Amino acid sequence: MKTKKKTASGGNRSEKRFNMALTASGGFIVVLLFAVFATLLAAAVASIKEFGLFFFIGKTWDSSTETFGALPFLVGTLCTSFLALLISIPFSIAISIFLGEYFKEGAVSTFLRSAVEVLAGIPSVIYGLWGLFLLMPAVRLLETQIGAPPHGVGIFTSSLILAIMIIPFSASIGREVITLVPGDLKEAAYSLGATRFEVIKNIIIPYARSGIIAGILLALGRAIGETMAVTMLIGNSNFLPTGIFSPANTMASVIANEFAEATGITASSLIYIALVLFFVTTVVNIIGTYVIQKVSIESSKEVT
Amino acid sequence: MKDHAGARLIKDMIFKCAVCLFAFISLLPLYLILYYITKNGIMVINWDFLFSLPRPIGESGGGVFNAIIGTVMLIILSCIMSIPCGIAAGIYLSENKKGKLSNTIRLCVIVLQGTPSIVIGIIAYLWVVAPLKTFSALSGGIALSIMMLPVIIKTTEETLKLIPYHLKEASLALGVPYHRTILKVILPSGISGILTGILLSVARITGETAPLLFTAFGNQFMNMNILKPIDSLPYRIFYYAMSPYPEWHSFAWGASFILVVLTLALNLFARGISVKWKIQF
Amino acid sequence: MENTVLKVENFCAFFGDNKILKEVNLSVSKNVVAALMGPSGCGKTTLIRCVNRMHELIPGTAISGKMTLVNEDIYTMQPIVLRRKVGMVFQKPNPFPTMSIYENVIAGYKLNGIRIPRGELDNIVEQSLKKAALWEEVKDTLHRKGTFLSGGQQQRLCIARALAMDPEILLLDEPTSALDPKSTSQIEELFVELKKNVTMLLVTHNIAQAARVSDFTAFIYLGELIEFGPTEKMFTVPKDKRTEEYLTGKFG
Repeated sequence: MKTKKKTASGGNRSEKRFNMALTASGGFIVVLLFAVFATLLAAAVASIKEFGLFFFIGKTWDSSTETFGALPFLVGTLCTSFLALLISIPFSIAISIFLGEYFKEGAVSTFLRSAVEVLAGIPSVIYGLWGLFLLMPAVRLLETQIGAPPHGVGIFTSSLILAIMIIPFSASIGREVITLVPGDLKEAAYSLGATRFEVIKNIIIPYARSGIIAGILLALGRAIGETMAVTMLIGNSNFLPTGIFSPANTMASVIANEFAEATGITASSLIYIALVLFFVTTVVNIIGTYVIQKVSIESSKEVT
Repeated sequence: MKDHAGARLIKDMIFKCAVCLFAFISLLPLYLILYYITKNGIMVINWDFLFSLPRPIGESGGGVFNAIIGTVMLIILSCIMSIPCGIAAGIYLSENKKGKLSNTIRLCVIVLQGTPSIVIGIIAYLWVVAPLKTFSALSGGIALSIMMLPVIIKTTEETLKLIPYHLKEASLALGVPYHRTILKVILPSGISGILTGILLSVARITGETAPLLFTAFGNQFMNMNILKPIDSLPYRIFYYAMSPYPEWHSFAWGASFILVVLTLALNLFARGISVKWKIQF
Repeated sequence: MENTVLKVENFCAFFGDNKILKEVNLSVSKNVVAALMGPSGCGKTTLIRCVNRMHELIPGTAISGKMTLVNEDIYTMQPIVLRRKVGMVFQKPNPFPTMSIYENVIAGYKLNGIRIPRGELDNIVEQSLKKAALWEEVKDTLHRKGTFLSGGQQQRLCIARALAMDPEILLLDEPTSALDPKSTSQIEELFVELKKNVTMLLVTHNIAQAARVSDFTAFIYLGELIEFGPTEKMFTVPKDKRTEEYLTGKFG
């Protein structure tokens, strides 16, 4: 910026202003994020002081006696998001391979890709509605079949809906990293007499592994933070879940259910949960994004 | 040295079939969701549903007019607050590719994008609702604009990065000041990408419910005052879906139909723009 | 001829509506280096990719005519079986980055799911690397990833990978075009050494390279095989005017 010469129209001053506006907008983002963190911390301080780290192992969440332990919600979040991940992985990897290797272009590929995009664009609350009126009766039926208490709502139902919701994310990232696998490596493998399956198993998947894992990680981040659909389907129970069909609450859903009416230490404890949620998703996202950036930088180096 | 080419080829076929099967099974939910929304939604949609206000339970009929208006207002509010800042920050990132501030901003954008919407709802509550002591459209707009910002910044940066450097040089060589070069040459060249980004981010926030739960809240009356609670389509769906009344359930489907059509139209429109308005270099 | 390894008869290749190869006839006998030269885009790479049917990986290609490998019709074999009998080395060195040097050499067996006792594998690795003149340089780092090697070493690793399958013929698609002069001359020396045991079909746009390493040379121009014969003869008394013009640098 210093090297820019003064222009005839005396633009130097407006140039400075312009640059300042740009920098200020950029800086605003940093301040915004810092303010988010500081606000959460400040509002959670009362609860942090009261419960400290015992918050994470306390099993009771009771606003009438003002004892708050977040363990049921931690367990709820862990169970739903990992179960969802487990269900979604075969599907998202299949879609990634389908779009990234078998059908890179053509009508089938365009159809599947746009369908996955539509799936990603459907609002969370609609997934919740659909789950409530279709998935829930189906799960209830399953529960009566296997002799579990027929709640219909609970960890399993929420995991199913979460799995459907996160498939598009890990699939689109998976597709991208699979298309990044250099063609000459695949050719080398074919020239040695490998079948397509062997090329996928031994060349493509190992090469794209870190990117695929990063995609799954980012999907996990979404599953952890996902609120509406889970709130509608998890059954809103503040006790430790006893099995995968048991009603529960996740960190996000307990906030959604209780924050509007919460005051004092209850509100502070809910914000404490929000702070933990913020922290966890931040870590997961930074790691995932970092890995993906590294993968794409490496492959762009190979091309040049 | 003899191997079983036949067996290996069969394995190859089986794997391919499995991949196709799994890929298409994952479309089943999409099909079912769209089917049920259309089937249950289209029945409820009529003039009355679109253009009248909700009625209390016991009276039949009523509509979601206030929710549609509320959603539009929330979108306008959040666009006003996020677009200028988002584009400016995007320009900053594309003009300063390296540097401590740029890297910090990029990191913040990533973090902000991954922040759960419910957390952003709490933030807007603490910043706006608590001091003003009332739920308000303004607080909802702020929550949604925080969600839009990272998307706009990212797409702006990525679009501008693709604009060839010689375009800028050509303008600077004509003696055009730097800021005019950016505003009159670079930004117009990237307009399709930036607009696409804005539309996609609008599509994303249109369906957001979680950040509105304790900000815009919900309101069964028409409201135009941004300092008062306001209704929105996603909130109305949530409210109706969780109610025990079958008639309200069908209203929830109707509102869902409108919402899905709206978000899909925004998505389609965004893609159309990115194709149609694309400037060849 | 009895010791003909590769025989190409009336061979044509198409991409969409474009005829890339026109009526090519060619035969390569055992343990020689045959060079295919010509200006870029003339179809020489297409020709060798048709030998191991790699062209089938690109949709829209078609062929006509006949090609046989040791009296067996290439186009009636399973591609995966054929490709094990035909080794290929590419323009850019492309060792598998997820595998160690050792695994790279035996990649052909590993990918094809052929189980071989460890001792025999060790033997194959050592022999192949020795043939590719890489053994001395990598014998202590066999289990490190192949990507830290220099470009020339990587290319020799790729040659070892192809040799490990004990192919009937080795296809070399401009194998030195991405390498520096020193690595190039090392690889050219290697070809002369390899000729004792392996038949090689070398694509090159470098006239001097064809002269240095090949026994027979084919000149291809616009998809047509203009001339094919002993290298020495072609470089001294070319039959066709176009060959002469190419050799003297009038075009290409």
